[in-house]
Amino acid sequence: MKGILVCGGTGCISNNSRLVHDAIEKELSQQGLEAEFELKYTGCHGFCEMGPLVLITPEEEFYCRVKPEDVPNLIDSLKQGKVYEELLYVDPTTKEKIKTRHDVPFYQKQQRLVLKNCGIIDPENIDDYINSGGYKSLHKVLTTMQPEEVIQEIKASGLRGRGGGGFPTGIKWEFARKSTADKKYIICNADEGDPGAFMDRSISEGDPHAVLEGMLIGGYAIGAWEGYIYIRAEYPLAVKRLSIAIEQAEAKGYLGQNILGSDFSFSIKIKQGAGAFVCGEETALMESIQGNRGMPRPRPPYPAVKGLWDRPTNINNVETFANVPVIIGMGSEQYSQIGTEKSKGTKIFALTGKLNNTGLAEVPMGITLREIVFDIGGGISGGKKFKAVQIGGPSGGCLTEEHLDLPIDYDSLLEAGAMMGSGGLVVMDESTCMVELARFFLSFTRHESCGKCTPCREGNTRLLEILQRIVDGKGEKEDLERLQSLGENIIMSSICGLGQTAPNPILSTLKFFRHEYELHVEKKICPAGVCKGMISYKIIEEKCKACGICKKNCPVEAIAGEKKQPHKIDPAKCAQCGVCMEKCPFEAIIRG
Amino acid sequence: MVSIKINGNLYNVPADYTILKAAEENGIDIPTLCYEEGLTITGACRMCVVEVKGARKLLAACATPVTDGMEVQTESERVVSARRDILRLLIANHDLRCLTCERNGDCRLQDYCYRYQVEDTPYKGAKKEYPIDTDNHFFIRDYSKCIKCGKCVLICAEVNGAHVYDFMERGFDTKVTSAFDDNLQETTCTACGMCVNVCPVGALVEKSVLWQGRPWEVKKVTTTCGYCGVGCQLKLKVKDDRIIGVAAAKSGSNLGHLCAKGQFGWEYVQSNDRLTDPLIKRNGVFEKVSWDEALTYVANRLKAIWQEHGGQAFAGLTSAKCTNEENYLFQKFMRTILKTNNVDHCARL
Ligand SMILES: Cc1cc2nc3c(=O)[nH]c(=O)nc-3n(C[C@H](O)[C@H](O)[C@H](O)COP(=O)(O)O)c2cc1C
Ligand code: SF4
Ligand code: SF4
Ligand code: SF4
Ligand code: FES
Repeated sequence: MKGILVCGGTGCISNNSRLVHDAIEKELSQQGLEAEFELKYTGCHGFCEMGPLVLITPEEEFYCRVKPEDVPNLIDSLKQGKVYEELLYVDPTTKEKIKTRHDVPFYQKQQRLVLKNCGIIDPENIDDYINSGGYKSLHKVLTTMQPEEVIQEIKASGLRGRGGGGFPTGIKWEFARKSTADKKYIICNADEGDPGAFMDRSISEGDPHAVLEGMLIGGYAIGAWEGYIYIRAEYPLAVKRLSIAIEQAEAKGYLGQNILGSDFSFSIKIKQGAGAFVCGEETALMESIQGNRGMPRPRPPYPAVKGLWDRPTNINNVETFANVPVIIGMGSEQYSQIGTEKSKGTKIFALTGKLNNTGLAEVPMGITLREIVFDIGGGISGGKKFKAVQIGGPSGGCLTEEHLDLPIDYDSLLEAGAMMGSGGLVVMDESTCMVELARFFLSFTRHESCGKCTPCREGNTRLLEILQRIVDGKGEKEDLERLQSLGENIIMSSICGLGQTAPNPILSTLKFFRHEYELHVEKKICPAGVCKGMISYKIIEEKCKACGICKKNCPVEAIAGEKKQPHKIDPAKCAQCGVCMEKCPFEAIIRG
Repeated sequence: MVSIKINGNLYNVPADYTILKAAEENGIDIPTLCYEEGLTITGACRMCVVEVKGARKLLAACATPVTDGMEVQTESERVVSARRDILRLLIANHDLRCLTCERNGDCRLQDYCYRYQVEDTPYKGAKKEYPIDTDNHFFIRDYSKCIKCGKCVLICAEVNGAHVYDFMERGFDTKVTSAFDDNLQETTCTACGMCVNVCPVGALVEKSVLWQGRPWEVKKVTTTCGYCGVGCQLKLKVKDDRIIGVAAAKSGSNLGHLCAKGQFGWEYVQSNDRLTDPLIKRNGVFEKVSWDEALTYVANRLKAIWQEHGGQAFAGLTSAKCTNEENYLFQKFMRTILKTNNVDHCARL
């Protein structure tokens, strides 16, 4: 039987995939085809911009931007065993139609381990999960492994936390195992506050049982019998699917008392967060669960010693937990073949910015930036030039052309002055102003500072004010030095990771694009032509007689224009020399 | 015990000490703004940051436990640079009218700016300004001077149990205030004034001291609170032989905490109506007498009544202002000398 899998991830749903699903359902029933096709509403494929997506199994035919009106023709083709050409993915460079998902360039270099079920199974049906091998790892753990062996296996796999810090998960579990108390907790961090990141949402929406299974195995390993999923309330679909998954797992005996006949019992509660970025920080998150204002606690004591309600607590990210059943399933030896020496497995990145293909991509650690940007991402959109990527979310750093061939893992990124973070990856082209970019990220972190500690509360506001002044063309000579030294002091002296990383975008753009800052401050020039309040030269259309004198005189070929057409200055190329204005016989060029 | 090195010198300290405590006990002064002995350690102000060998970041001395072999620098270049920036940031968002501030000369923010030679701030920009809240009877709340150390929040919640304050808003907009920013009369405030006593700056100030004298003109006289048998120690703020306010003093019985009466209820001391001598009423008029005469008079009357009517003619009532020992003696006197069980105490009424 063929499967018709309609994507029911948040991206496709907001593109009306629900209507597509219902149209297919209606069509199948009208034509009496229910027995020939199995219709499923799945989780996200990661290629949301092409949605609504429909995947046909087992061939993996991949249909993009499907509208309800397309359904009758699509079903007709399927009925005849033919491919419906109209809706296939078209390669933007070769213009070729591509039939199957794995041949689409966006997917070719991906290695979907954690996301293997996303887009394939029905996340609201536990049997679908079980049929694709789900809960096998839990079974194996409960029937054949001691908790210490589980920890050993996770340690051997080399799994590191996907929540940002990259702390070795097995070692963390061992700490929590060794703490003694009347009660211990497991927390799954699904707060996902990084703007643009949506891997945790996709996993929770598309494969919620994998998260539960990972938490269960973690609970068994450290000796906890209660778990919390802390998830932001802005993820209603993920909350719904996780809740359904918990209910179904309870009904099937995967959650509750004496799981699978063992003496291990475990329950999971969902706690919805109100969407403060800082509540993703583990100790602020625990304060929030306890009903307090989300402000980080000093560490030590670490959660493994004194966490939720002062009990030993192990907290991991959604993607980290989703890796656990994979590791137990394939064994640490095979798992640790994937990735680099110190970063094993895969990482899901959220690609955004000036790329041809944006979305979620799961790739092996050690892949190069070039492969991500140019192969998976399909290169820079609009034929522009690559300038930099901001990696690691609002508190990450930027990488430039010289880093394109850097194999990406936790340590190489830190060394390069960026960080893995949750895997946000924003690509910039030549039209991006790096000062404005830093200002943008800082406006986020400044807004999200909890206000507890002085350097972050007061300092980020001052950094933002300085940046604002610079992009407004009012920068002062001392400002660059102020950014550098205040930024370093905020990093050095803040309590939590928010303050300790907030100045990173400034420091890394200062390092790699200092000349842009200098132009802004000293010459009041924004080389990308983005910042208002800067000097720029413009041709007034009505006055331009298309004589071409300016074009001829421009030393950097920044002026374009056909005969008899008003000419234009490309601000990205313009060197602000002012020659054009001098030479124009019609006073059609102004400096603003 | 563990051994740690601070600024190159070796010290042996108990293993449960923080860096701050270890330094303090060995005469090394680390500046603090949010730390207060007895309250939860929040590590919020970051004034106490120190450099610890092997740590990537500076660590808060108040919140970091010592470990064996730890090497700490309390005034290194990085530490001083961070502290100077913290001070510059604080004064950039502070009502700097020090000339007329009641805490001028008795203010940690001033002291540390002096210590680290922070004369001015390069970080000029937005400033949080609020009208001064004068609504409660006893103290003003001038939040344009608040440095958000959070000590008032903690002492009110953890010592008094009144939970009047918390942080409102977030980030730069954070304001430490009562729930819904309400006037304190409408909160659970018991007017104990402990918040005023812990505030390191001039954000919370007793009304009674306003414009009454500079801190250095005010004598602090340590005494015992006269209100009850607990015997809290307090320091009277005395200017020109008049009491103008009270500061908490630490003693075994009150650890620096006070209640509303001890903190704000001292006006009677200077009242013209206050009884300062024993009086005997003769022919309907009170007459000043000596203590000897008064006590002899009382003793004689007690004896006479006892002989005529017996012990049951007496009832004795004693006061919460007396100590336990005094109350014990009083009931002993009633029972064994006057031979009556008619004895009670005001706190039972
Ligand atoms: C400001 C801030 C925000 C954070 N947000 C998240 C988040 O949204 N999700 C997450 O998993 N970890 C987040 N973290 C990291 C957590 O504190 C914690 O390290 C992580 O959940 C541990 O899980 P892992 O070991 O599996 O990575 C954040 C940290 C900081 C400092
Ligand atoms: S660093 Fe920022 S977010 Fe973290 S505790 Fe300090 S003020 Fe709050
Ligand atoms: S006076 Fe006492 S009860 Fe009132 S706010 Fe201050 S600490 Fe709390
Ligand atoms: S009012 Fe005083 S004690 Fe309270 S937070 Fe502000 S500065 Fe600290
Ligand atoms: S005194 Fe240590 S952080 Fe405030």
